Amino acid sequence: MTKLNLSHLDITVAVSGLKTGDNPQPGVPVIRSLRSAGFKGKIVGLVYDAMESGIYLEGLADEVYQMPYPSTGAESFLTRLDYILSRTKVHVVIPTLDSEIPLYIRLEKELMQRGIKTFLPTEEQFNLRDKIKLAQFFPPKGIDIPKTHLLQSADDIYKLRDELDFPVIIKGRLYEAYKALNLFEAQKYFYELQAKWGLPIIMQEIIPGDEFNVVIVGDGKGHCLGMVPQRKLVITDKGKGFGGVVVKNPGLESYATKVIEALSWRGPCELEIIKSEDGVFYLIEINPRFPAWVRLAEGSGQNQPAATVLLAMGETLHSLPPFKPGTLFIRHAEDIISDISLLGDISVNGELVR
Amino acid sequence: MKKIYTAPYIERNSAGNLNKYAHTTVVRHQDNIDTVPIKTLVEAHGSPLFVFSERNIRRTYRRLQDTIRIHYPLAEITWSYKTNYLGAICNIFHQEGAAAEVVSGMEYDMARRKGIPGERIYFNGPSKRPADLERAISEGAFIHIDHLEELYLIEKLADELSLKPKVALRLNMDTGISPLWTRFGFNYENGEAYRAVQRLISGGKLHLVGLHTHIGTFILDPNAYFWAATKLLAFAQTIKDNFGIIMEYIDLGGGFASSNTLIDQYTPGELASPSFEQYAEAIGNAFNASYYVKEHHPRLILETGRVLVDEAGYLISSVIGKKNLPTGERAVILDAGVNINITAWWYKQRLMPTKPFPGSYQNTVFYGPLCMNIDVIRSAMPFPDLYYGDTVLISPVGAYNVTQWMQFIEYRPNVCLISETGNIELIREREDITDITNREFIPEHLRQI
Amino acid sequence: MNTNQLMTLAVNKNGFIFDPENGVSYTVNETGLFILQKMQDGLQNGEIISALCSEFDVEKDQARSDYEHFLAMLKALSLVED
Repeated sequence: MTKLNLSHLDITVAVSGLKTGDNPQPGVPVIRSLRSAGFKGKIVGLVYDAMESGIYLEGLADEVYQMPYPSTGAESFLTRLDYILSRTKVHVVIPTLDSEIPLYIRLEKELMQRGIKTFLPTEEQFNLRDKIKLAQFFPPKGIDIPKTHLLQSADDIYKLRDELDFPVIIKGRLYEAYKALNLFEAQKYFYELQAKWGLPIIMQEIIPGDEFNVVIVGDGKGHCLGMVPQRKLVITDKGKGFGGVVVKNPGLESYATKVIEALSWRGPCELEIIKSEDGVFYLIEINPRFPAWVRLAEGSGQNQPAATVLLAMGETLHSLPPFKPGTLFIRHAEDIISDISLLGDISVNGELVR
Repeated sequence: MKKIYTAPYIERNSAGNLNKYAHTTVVRHQDNIDTVPIKTLVEAHGSPLFVFSERNIRRTYRRLQDTIRIHYPLAEITWSYKTNYLGAICNIFHQEGAAAEVVSGMEYDMARRKGIPGERIYFNGPSKRPADLERAISEGAFIHIDHLEELYLIEKLADELSLKPKVALRLNMDTGISPLWTRFGFNYENGEAYRAVQRLISGGKLHLVGLHTHIGTFILDPNAYFWAATKLLAFAQTIKDNFGIIMEYIDLGGGFASSNTLIDQYTPGELASPSFEQYAEAIGNAFNASYYVKEHHPRLILETGRVLVDEAGYLISSVIGKKNLPTGERAVILDAGVNINITAWWYKQRLMPTKPFPGSYQNTVFYGPLCMNIDVIRSAMPFPDLYYGDTVLISPVGAYNVTQWMQFIEYRPNVCLISETGNIELIREREDITDITNREFIPEHLRQI
Repeated sequence: MNTNQLMTLAVNKNGFIFDPENGVSYTVNETGLFILQKMQDGLQNGEIISALCSEFDVEKDQARSDYEHFLAMLKALSLVED
């Protein structure tokens, strides 16, 4: 199997999530992977905030449009999309943020009517991987999950205090996770996350062991078209992996394969897996999109974003080339020099056409 | 030709508030309900004004019933009175063939007064009084037993009346959702429900005809109904195996989510709430996989009120004033608050202008008319600039508001119905001072002031 | 009314305003931009309200009340002082 080549595609691909920095979104690396597969068509960046750094990178997105937040609903999303389509064609969208995936799944038909294709999981697959569902769905299938409690109030933590082993992880339903060292911290994070992401809040025991992350594109029938596992080498104080290395671990790969099989996952995802000290794998979570480190997949031989574009366009792919263990990524932040007028343009007009 | 005017506005930019898409394309307006102009409605019946769409109610009822029956033909949807017990609204559902589901003596009276016979009433709720039960037993209603005290009381009344009441047992259980509702009925997992059946049957005074559960409210996971149905059907099999009694019906209660968005929910309701098809499929899968169902064909009963009426209800409200908040948001004061729109506490409701507005939008908070800090109808959302007397349309508000509204600070407003033929019918009149004072008594010594 | 701070603002024709002294930026709508430009041109309150009414389709009373509102916003942002 040879490297994927997108140079023949004369289409427009839209990608969301262009923020880089300390809590990076996957849009910029996805675009870079597409370009490195020879993609010569137009790239449209979909952003929520005028400060998303990818907007300011020359040569990254040809056009940038601000989108209404997913929480404002389908109507405003489609209204905005129709406006964008009056300015440019869009053939494929790769959404990269957890909060917008349900919108793109539910609106598949409306997108198709507008000639826009996606390669995403079904609503059922998406819901089964919801953090609040993991502990129900997977253990009967032989896939272990750390002990999980769903919290409806901060008081629930107090009620559970006797069975808890601090520290624990407190997670929002969509984003963010914090390590809480005691009851007081756990309740503090509960309130913080509730205010941002609503209920329930997820409290999970911590499994000591080695943490692995796997980026995968599933074919929707239970197979992985591509899979690249890495171990994080550099972790920021926010818990973000800023460096990692591709590993070859048959046990990990067969475990990840089992997860994808159980879900029949379609589209990109990232698995977070812990191998405990006694050698048992635990599934921590499944992110329903590419991770920000997805360039490591491209670098190790599997251009998964490029594959996703081809799959969305209806091409048949059997499997991607094998990955090269030992491939390393180190995240490097750089300052972009621009002018305040660019911020003015994007923030007043909500769009930027270069 | 002069330019279109909007009120001048300035906002300081900061990372995180630089989402200005709303300026041009997002907020739409709605100037009519079922083609009747909002203006006409307000001219006829004032503001604030609740408006219900008969067409929407009938269509929704039929669509839900049809969808469920595709998966299980013996399905029936009862009308849950507590969701909305305005006479006109209940009668639409009764005309469509719905039986009444009531949870108190008061609601029972309402259903009887509308001419619903006892044997078309399902009597739920945790607090049935002796007189209520006596009447329900005499009139042949289905009584859903919530706890043992009630069981004993019904047995005693059965003796006194020399009747064998038709009863169902209410169960609570783990259906994989959180929070777990354990306060209604008998627990399935710990064997309490089984012991209740043993006790009921050994008494020999009651006719056990059904099983009921009310798993929660605004259930966003359709699979919860799969588990509820699976467990109730397994329990029915156990009852048959051990006591030889067959259930006439399995009642899965209510709880289907409307398109509203819970306050604590990020993803908007229109995207997060399951469709009728998803609920129906989950229930159908459980029923069609059950051997018990193949043998005994129990009726499937649903009492899901919110999803039937929430979207059929609108609240038209007028602007009383506006101000700028220190946060940079704009505040608009409306003539309708949480006194009549109580579900604003649970949901991020949809608020729409009732006419097109050109130009820019600003984050706007909507307050009601009460002298209370908690009287917030909608947290900040981008909205065009409104002026005194402008109207906004709040929806969905059809469920629970015209039952839970308060007699507090303001009179409760007119409620009207737009009939299928487009007539505007007043179905509940605005209150006046006599509604507030008629049942009061002032002692002699307090009459002089 | 002291409008010294206002005079230093870089006002772009789209309604993006940059304060080069402290790096803060603002967004105004079309009418807000119109008023700021008139203020920078040195017009007095009454003149600005009249100018609003001849440029835009608005009654004088409404323009006056909105203008006062807008001035309050500018004061809150310390762009003008009493």
